[in-house]
Amino acid sequence: MANIISDETIEYVGILAKLELSAQEREQAKKDIGRMLDYIDKLNELDTSQVEPLSHVFPVHNVFREDVVTNQDQRDVILANAPACKDGSFKVPKTVE
Amino acid sequence: MSKQYETVIGLEVHVELATKTKIFCGCSTAFGGAPNTHTCPVCTGMPGSLPVLNKQVVEYAMAVGLATNCRIHQYCKFDRKNYFYPDNPQNYQISQLYLPICYDGGIEIETAAGKKVVGIHEIHMEEDAGKLIHDEWEDCSLVDYNRSGVPLIEIVSEPDMRSAEEVIAYLDKLRLIIQYLGASDCKLQEGSMRADVNLSVRELGSTALGTRTEMKNLNSFKAIARAIEGERARQIELLEEGKPVIQETRRWDDNKEYSYPMRSKEDAHDYRYFPDPDLVPVEISDEWLQAVRDRQPELRTEKLARYKAEFDIPDYDAGILTSSKRMADIFEETTALCGRPKKVSNWLMGETLRLLKEENREPDELTFSPSHLAKLIEMVEAGTVNQPVAKEVFEQIFREDADPERYVEEHGLKTVNDEGELKTVVADVIAANPQSVADYRNGKEKALGFLVGQTMKAMKGKANPAAVNRLLKELLQ
Amino acid sequence: MRMEEWTALELGRKIKAREISVREAAQAGLDRIAALDGEYNSFVTVDAERALARADEVQQAIDAGTLTGPLVGVPAAVKDNICTQGLKTTCSSRILYNFVPTYSAEAVLNMEKAGAVVLGKTNMDEFAMGSTTETSAFGPTKNPWNTEHVPGGSSGGSCAAVAAREVPYALGSDTGGSIRQPASFCGVTGLKPTYGTVSRYGLIAYGSSLDQIGPIARDVSDCAAILEMIASHDRKDSTSIAREDYDFTSALTDDVRGLRVGIPSDYLGEGLDDEVRQAVLGAADVLRQKGAEVEEFDLSLVEYAIPAYYVIASAEASSNLARFDGIKYGYRAQDYDGLHNMYKKSRSEGFGEEVKRRIMLGSFVLSSGYYDAYYLKALRTKALIKQSFDRAFAKYDVILAPASPDTAPRLGESLGDPLKMYLGDIYTISVNLAGLPGISVPCCTDASGLPIGVQMIGDCFQEKKILRAAYAYEQARGPWQAPEGIASSAAQGRKTDAGAGVSEGKGGNV
Repeated sequence: MANIISDETIEYVGILAKLELSAQEREQAKKDIGRMLDYIDKLNELDTSQVEPLSHVFPVHNVFREDVVTNQDQRDVILANAPACKDGSFKVPKTVE
Repeated sequence: MSKQYETVIGLEVHVELATKTKIFCGCSTAFGGAPNTHTCPVCTGMPGSLPVLNKQVVEYAMAVGLATNCRIHQYCKFDRKNYFYPDNPQNYQISQLYLPICYDGGIEIETAAGKKVVGIHEIHMEEDAGKLIHDEWEDCSLVDYNRSGVPLIEIVSEPDMRSAEEVIAYLDKLRLIIQYLGASDCKLQEGSMRADVNLSVRELGSTALGTRTEMKNLNSFKAIARAIEGERARQIELLEEGKPVIQETRRWDDNKEYSYPMRSKEDAHDYRYFPDPDLVPVEISDEWLQAVRDRQPELRTEKLARYKAEFDIPDYDAGILTSSKRMADIFEETTALCGRPKKVSNWLMGETLRLLKEENREPDELTFSPSHLAKLIEMVEAGTVNQPVAKEVFEQIFREDADPERYVEEHGLKTVNDEGELKTVVADVIAANPQSVADYRNGKEKALGFLVGQTMKAMKGKANPAAVNRLLKELLQ
Repeated sequence: MRMEEWTALELGRKIKAREISVREAAQAGLDRIAALDGEYNSFVTVDAERALARADEVQQAIDAGTLTGPLVGVPAAVKDNICTQGLKTTCSSRILYNFVPTYSAEAVLNMEKAGAVVLGKTNMDEFAMGSTTETSAFGPTKNPWNTEHVPGGSSGGSCAAVAAREVPYALGSDTGGSIRQPASFCGVTGLKPTYGTVSRYGLIAYGSSLDQIGPIARDVSDCAAILEMIASHDRKDSTSIAREDYDFTSALTDDVRGLRVGIPSDYLGEGLDDEVRQAVLGAADVLRQKGAEVEEFDLSLVEYAIPAYYVIASAEASSNLARFDGIKYGYRAQDYDGLHNMYKKSRSEGFGEEVKRRIMLGSFVLSSGYYDAYYLKALRTKALIKQSFDRAFAKYDVILAPASPDTAPRLGESLGDPLKMYLGDIYTISVNLAGLPGISVPCCTDASGLPIGVQMIGDCFQEKKILRAAYAYEQARGPWQAPEGIASSAAQGRKTDAGAGVSEGKGGNV
């Protein structure tokens, strides 16, 4: 395997992605990501130096809304799915130390 | 301290745009709603919802870019900035990294040290986050997404400033430009203008930049000035002790006058930007750009010149009148209604500034209607009210936006122009003050002033002082 | 009544002719689901009460003459990643186990405007990540043709539900083949429209630049009619496109004379099962016999589509799935220590293995220092793949291809080796990268009796060309049989032998 994924990398990506992996999952993830990257490295066979990256397949641009209020108060339905709420707000663990 | 240090400052200024709706949905941007009452699936990050760009945001951003001498990327895109925080419902912020709408501009500032240009690296469009309220009772935080998705522009300066004074001058200039454009009200206290300060120090004469820190939570010009001084001192102390400055984000505590590091190890500062696949690029044609350019309103420099040329207002006065967009608007609207620019200027420069100072308020906070001031000026000119009464009436206009006609009517403040009635009162005053009458007749001109005062008092101020003067002289001959 | 014998359009005609009421049609579907779904597990949620109330409402509108479309009153199912107001939408994930959308997807609104009656939400690979419907948090769906096999994925529930005749049609979504591949495995017809044709508003995003909602039904005519119903230019979706034509059913002419059909030789080589190869070549012969010009050509770059896809889709997914954090909806861990631990636990417990794998990969390829090497490289590769299709469509109207290298694998065979599973998408994935329309049509069955579909790919906005080819092929192929068991219950009352055209099991139609 050409791509060796370190414990530090898995830890780091876990922080970015907010995922906590068990020891076994970490080992598996190292193996999986390494293998996928080996496979993805196949793209390096292609000379793309003269190619612009293509984000959107169609050259669509300038899709706008007019600046007009269209939404009514819908707080109750917005909050209806929240695991925890209080005083019309979403309730979360304390965000400051 | 033996070494001399130079402070190098760059600013990231966030400005909330004055659109009616949010940047990507049709929710109102109005302040003051109960929590989460200005929200929808888009600005609360509901699964399956998609953003659609508010055209007005692009126009405002372009207008600010043009007014700050920026170049415009006529092909620009939105990128996602990925980070987890509860005020950010999608856990990514839609912003612009790779192709910001404006770049490579600058504005001229003037301080005691002279004039200089502060470069603007770029201006980009992005969405604001929601608000977190810390609930002391339950030891939790509450999230309100009313501000989530409110449009912002972020104006990133070059590290061209060297002192708090220059920073304030830059911010003030920027604020005025944006206010004049009508793109934002730019209130630091209310958070519609927010400045993050990037600061580093280096030995004087050095050309390499030192390690910088970024300071947030600066809510007033004074706090900004104090934070700059505080952070400069902190960094110099570190360097003097041979310790490194760490590149980090710090939160300024204006009460303790000290900054504290903000983030924990859970923040990797790796935002994994990539083009937002839900939004299509913005292509700004030459025609569109020209149309925005043609619509640019008169900015302060142009106004200053025009006030002088058109209204013959002195430089100093014009400077004050234009120091706030609100003030300049009131001046122009009132003048248009009453046609007496000098009088309008006098009311604004005199009573208005006095009352603002008395109440410790800013000209931006003026709320009265130009039509009411115009009416008052006309009433004074017509002799309907005299000057002292007019001052009383103006206070009511200033505080309550009172209608001067109705106020004068309701409080019976109209100047009495009935000669007969006035004559009777004057005769009474003469009869009651023989000593003053004698003094006047003996050549003491001052005594006449006393008699005028007595008459005005008897008339409860509603007399025309010129008429009183004339009648007294007539009757005393 | 044998509702299960009728296609969506046939049922729509009978409802309009008052031969059957909307409630009877809905009830018949619900009864079949009740009888069969314990075995197939095509559905995550079925709401009978809601469906019947809706049926009555639609009946009234029909009676009042306000609803007249061809699919009015026809029961349907919707993949569980498409939001339905008031009806649980889980993406087959624990993290959305209780999520009830506050709004309906635009495609669902369009269905409702046309008088559809949604019976329930169909099972899928969690967040549409998978090719077997085994990554569902609610258990795998089984292939009605053989319950020891998977239905394919990720729209496996929708395809199995149509194959089992629980509903005449269903909506699916296709990010890398998720409609076409399970349609092929389940012996149903599935269409992935040109990107931007059906609004993505309300489709819970996996890979935003690739996702597209499309119809799954018994035949090509149904697919055309359903697409006509759900396609629209939606101002709520910035990537939605105002098309010039929405009259897809007008393409059903059974005439392919002069149609230029290309078969990529590079699709027919190593890795392709021989029976599938024979099926594709057989379909080519059918089209040739009907007057199409068919030839093989080199598409090129085939082997680069999958790596490019996994970079782009995983990167987008890592960002799209960040919103599932235990704050606004869905699952929140019970015990946690502070905010970040709450995030981590909720997400780690809420997401399944495959989803976590792709989020990790996506986060990695976007992380500092890797963006250019992986993400931009993949976008450049995507540009090259689009160019190779542009060259192909300068010469051909339709590209004929397999939908999958094999027929449906056995349950439990695929997940052990993700990379191998990903390779199964080789014929479908580049279509998404290039934004093209593609349709999978049942062709025949393999030696073990599992269905094989052929795929027809068109240039962007050329749905009509692939519908024309698919319809003509379907006419020549003859009626398609239902799976055994399903067939026995359905075939008893059959007047004609519908299975004649494919009685040989494979290639019998050529």
